[in-house]
Amino acid sequence: MTTIAELPPGFVDKVLSAQSTFRSVMDAMARPGSVQRIVPMAGAPDTMMRGTAAIALTLFDHDTPLWLDARMVESSDLVKWLKFHTGAPVVQDCSIASFALISDGTALPPLDRFALGTSEYPDRSTTVIIQVDSLASGRGFELRGPGIDGVATLQASIKPFDLFERLRINEALFPRGIDVVLVADDAVVAIPRTTRVVSKGS
Amino acid sequence: MNAPAYNFAYLDEQTKRMIRRAILKAIAIPGYQVPFASREMPMPYGWGTGGVQVTAAILGPRDVLKVIDQGSDDTTNAISIRKFFAKTAGVATTTATAEATVIQTRHRIPETALRENQVLVYQVPIPEPLRFLEPRETETRRMHALAEYGLMHVKLYEDIARFGHIATAYAYPVKVNARYVMDPSPTPKFDNPKMDNCPALQLFGAGREKRIYAIPPYTQVVSLDFEDHPFEPYRFNAPCALCGAEDSYLDEIVTDDQGGRMFVCSDTDYCEGRQAAGHHGSLSAAPYREKAGSHG
Ligand SMILES: [Zn+2]
Repeated sequence: MTTIAELPPGFVDKVLSAQSTFRSVMDAMARPGSVQRIVPMAGAPDTMMRGTAAIALTLFDHDTPLWLDARMVESSDLVKWLKFHTGAPVVQDCSIASFALISDGTALPPLDRFALGTSEYPDRSTTVIIQVDSLASGRGFELRGPGIDGVATLQASIKPFDLFERLRINEALFPRGIDVVLVADDAVVAIPRTTRVVSKGS
Repeated sequence: MNAPAYNFAYLDEQTKRMIRRAILKAIAIPGYQVPFASREMPMPYGWGTGGVQVTAAILGPRDVLKVIDQGSDDTTNAISIRKFFAKTAGVATTTATAEATVIQTRHRIPETALRENQVLVYQVPIPEPLRFLEPRETETRRMHALAEYGLMHVKLYEDIARFGHIATAYAYPVKVNARYVMDPSPTPKFDNPKMDNCPALQLFGAGREKRIYAIPPYTQVVSLDFEDHPFEPYRFNAPCALCGAEDSYLDEIVTDDQGGRMFVCSDTDYCEGRQAAGHHGSLSAAPYREKAGSHG
């Protein structure tokens, strides 16, 4: 058993670290496909990347029900760390989650099981945070949509391999939909529901 | 020295988290008004508490902040908001549009073209463009959900029938990303085209009405109009009396009690920058210049 005192620490400077991390995530969301860096570092429990840990400390609290994938739920240290540092309630039902954390993309649930928002309140949807192998190399993807000047190109190694095919549900659902944040170590890329992706192959 | 008695940028961390989450959703759903739990700020509602809360949630110590009110950096409102953030967040402030990373504004978009590394934060009094047609929130929400904007077009067309043109000169409604009709806040319609395909992120905060909305960079923003009555950005047909600009939005200033008047740029930073670069209007032309001109 790990005691609270033995858990990895949060931010050294909570206020400025959260501000800096938020601006990276905001820039990522405003410019889909662009790779933003998360600078402030916190301790991260096993199976959680340091970028994910910083985002959790910045955006999660007792008002944000949180869904964790099976690999994360199995880590009692990770669950304790999240509870201690953020207070976010961990829920079993992903359709009521504000955020979902995915460490094993191959086990990503069908996206329509998450909260998609309603026509009147499309913002009441799950933001799905997926840890991926790389946001610097891998398959090439062409992205279009608000926030992008023409076409943005993303090189990424992502599981599930068909993530962008699955995200095509956003086209029919809009303004409801799923916003995705991809994390690889300290790099972050956002794919909001307005982004349309064309795979370029390898 | 004692530790400061206030939080960084005034707001507590829980409030910032809530506003930050609302901002992310607003960016993901361009033009949609995200409800948020607006906080009391140490200034009255008319002073832009919505914009102030958005600015407080994004501002960091490395930002350079500009605050404008009707185009001017030097009104009481602009000065007090600038001082508020200089004190609570220790940020550098500027009046130069080109130097700013965050620009909070009431009623204008700067004339100097905005860039990718800038965020424009609007203070919004009434965020709901359909409110004057429909007072019930449940109804306006339903109309947005169904993209049922026919009534708005009918209202604009009634203007044309009565006045021969669309009479709305401020808060002229726009459609964002071909989906949501949005109120651009009480900016003159002259500024509407600047919102379209803008490299900077645009965020809107309404404090009393508790709404945050956004236009991501490079997003289509179209002013509502009709094929036979296309949108026209209005401007007084005159050059600025101080800098001679013929492309800027002008304020009409009464100069005496005999009905004398002149037109000057509403954007004081733009006007002063042009004068510093040697541009002159009818009121500011230096004598030696006129002389030089008369010699050919
Ligand atoms: Zn001028």
